Amino acid sequence: MASYVLRRILLMIPVLLGTTFVIYAAVYALPGDPVQALAGPDHVVTPATAAAIKEHYHLGDPFLVQYWHYLTGLLHGDFGIDLANTPVSAIIAASWPVTVKLAVMTWIIEAVAGVGLGYLAALRAGRLPDLAVLGGSSLVLGVPYFITAYVAQIVLGVKLHWFPVSGTDDGWPLSYLVPALCLALLGVPEIARLTRASVLENLGADFVDTATAKGLSRSRVLVRHVLRTSLVPVVSMLGTNLGYLLSGTILIEGIFNLPGLGFQVFQSVQQHDGPTVVGISTLLVLVFLLVNLVVDLLYGVLDPRIRLD
Amino acid sequence: MTSALQPATPAAPAVAAVPGAAGPSRRVERGTLHRLARRPRFFLPLAVVVLLCAMAAVPSAFAGWFGHGDPHRCSLEHSGQGPTSGHPFGFDVQGCDLYSNVVHGARDSLGIGLLTTALTLVVAVVLGSLAGYFGGVTDMVISRLMDVFFGFPMLVGMIVVLETFSVHSILSVSLVLALFSWPVLTRIMRSSVLATRGLDYVTAARELGAGPLRILLRHVIPNAIMPVAVLTSITVGGVITAEASLTFIGVGLSAPAISWGVQLNSAQQYFTVHPGLLLFPALFLSLAVLSFVLLGDCLRDAFDPRLR
Repeated sequence: MASYVLRRILLMIPVLLGTTFVIYAAVYALPGDPVQALAGPDHVVTPATAAAIKEHYHLGDPFLVQYWHYLTGLLHGDFGIDLANTPVSAIIAASWPVTVKLAVMTWIIEAVAGVGLGYLAALRAGRLPDLAVLGGSSLVLGVPYFITAYVAQIVLGVKLHWFPVSGTDDGWPLSYLVPALCLALLGVPEIARLTRASVLENLGADFVDTATAKGLSRSRVLVRHVLRTSLVPVVSMLGTNLGYLLSGTILIEGIFNLPGLGFQVFQSVQQHDGPTVVGISTLLVLVFLLVNLVVDLLYGVLDPRIRLD
Repeated sequence: MTSALQPATPAAPAVAAVPGAAGPSRRVERGTLHRLARRPRFFLPLAVVVLLCAMAAVPSAFAGWFGHGDPHRCSLEHSGQGPTSGHPFGFDVQGCDLYSNVVHGARDSLGIGLLTTALTLVVAVVLGSLAGYFGGVTDMVISRLMDVFFGFPMLVGMIVVLETFSVHSILSVSLVLALFSWPVLTRIMRSSVLATRGLDYVTAARELGAGPLRILLRHVIPNAIMPVAVLTSITVGGVITAEASLTFIGVGLSAPAISWGVQLNSAQQYFTVHPGLLLFPALFLSLAVLSFVLLGDCLRDAFDPRLR
């Protein structure tokens, strides 16, 4: 177990290096003048400003040296300084609680609704609940979620006044409910379909027959044996879904004015604030990788056949 | 596994049936296509897709149905007005006819969807085949590269790259979208090739002295491409959504371009007063994505034997 965790962490290093490298290269090395990009595209850059920016961001150095500077800074917890001279780590510190609240709520909705609907569909395979879940999931996948979010905002917030229109003034959970529901629409259809397929597969497995033959009650067989085993691929998907979820916060937090990490990226993009975008993206990638490690460690807990070593 | 792969042999029909994916239709599996053609689940989305493609190809033929049909003939006195005769969707903030704008918006959205999917498909088939067939170092390099791109929250990566581009054209947006969407299909292609390369007829071809290129092109790829090909239509739907999201937050296409994303982006400030500005582009966008996804679902169910 310990050696498995160690190996997984070692495997994360090249991936993390690769991702930060791509992000860094994208922002600082692609066509376009980095000094102008750092100063903002609409600013007139005086020679003195240009020199100061070059000095500060080590732009005179070769690209790999620049990347090395950024990386060592990152390892010391230094995410750089944004265009308004605020440390990016301060922006992150101020905005992560909002994103965590939103993400956790979305994740819970995804897990409960996705697994519940998929389980229901599998137990009633080929009948009305099954067809409703399958049809409904196609429909939800077909409508882009940011459009659903806008419509929900207009109908539930502006017209009906049932929920806050935007912002976090009403606190958790009220302000986060509609945004989390809209964001969960990204994951629920896929999780429901996967749960359905997985449960259907396990219903016919030998260990289910064994459990039934031992005289266990139907509900105990379904929950302890079928559902538990069926959750393995679902948990894995919940992990990979986190990537989409974190991406989704950019649009959802932007639409609902929740001042989280995604909202900061949304704003920084519009203000062409490179350092903030790079810093927060790097953090999101790191979180994604760590969560997926934890998810993989959960496999062994769910399915006793899987041994991690 | 062998039995599961046999129905996948005629790879061409799925490619031919998916709009936009170019592929030589060698041998058409009559049975499956005939069965499909009688299902409303298949031909309804297909009809919408064909209609939208026609709209994208010759927008002027559709734009003039009700009024003048010129998206650029605008007058500010009509700014934000609701539907009137000759202008069924009303006017946008600049006083341009919204209906003809929405019709003309089909071209950029579908163009990016089809171009990106074609690019993704090519990369997935090439890299997936190489990784799956040769294994070893090739596989390790390609797989780690996939991990890097899987590690990204996709939208964040696309924003970062697009932000640094000065020109946001159909081509540049498609390239960026393809850059972040290839790993999904590549991974599927790789595992499909892995399953195919050990089959007897591949071994037989190798024993007969066929080189790796010939084996890949004639024996492995045609038999392994099915799981990827059936995902083409769903991918188009996903790409159209992604493009609209990017344009919507302001890093995709921008104003002089006419696209649904641009229209949604400019509707952001006005939708509480003029909900039509948001509603009509959103309706067309959803219709397009929904049709591609439903069509893809249906194709996947019909052609991917593993999901039966």
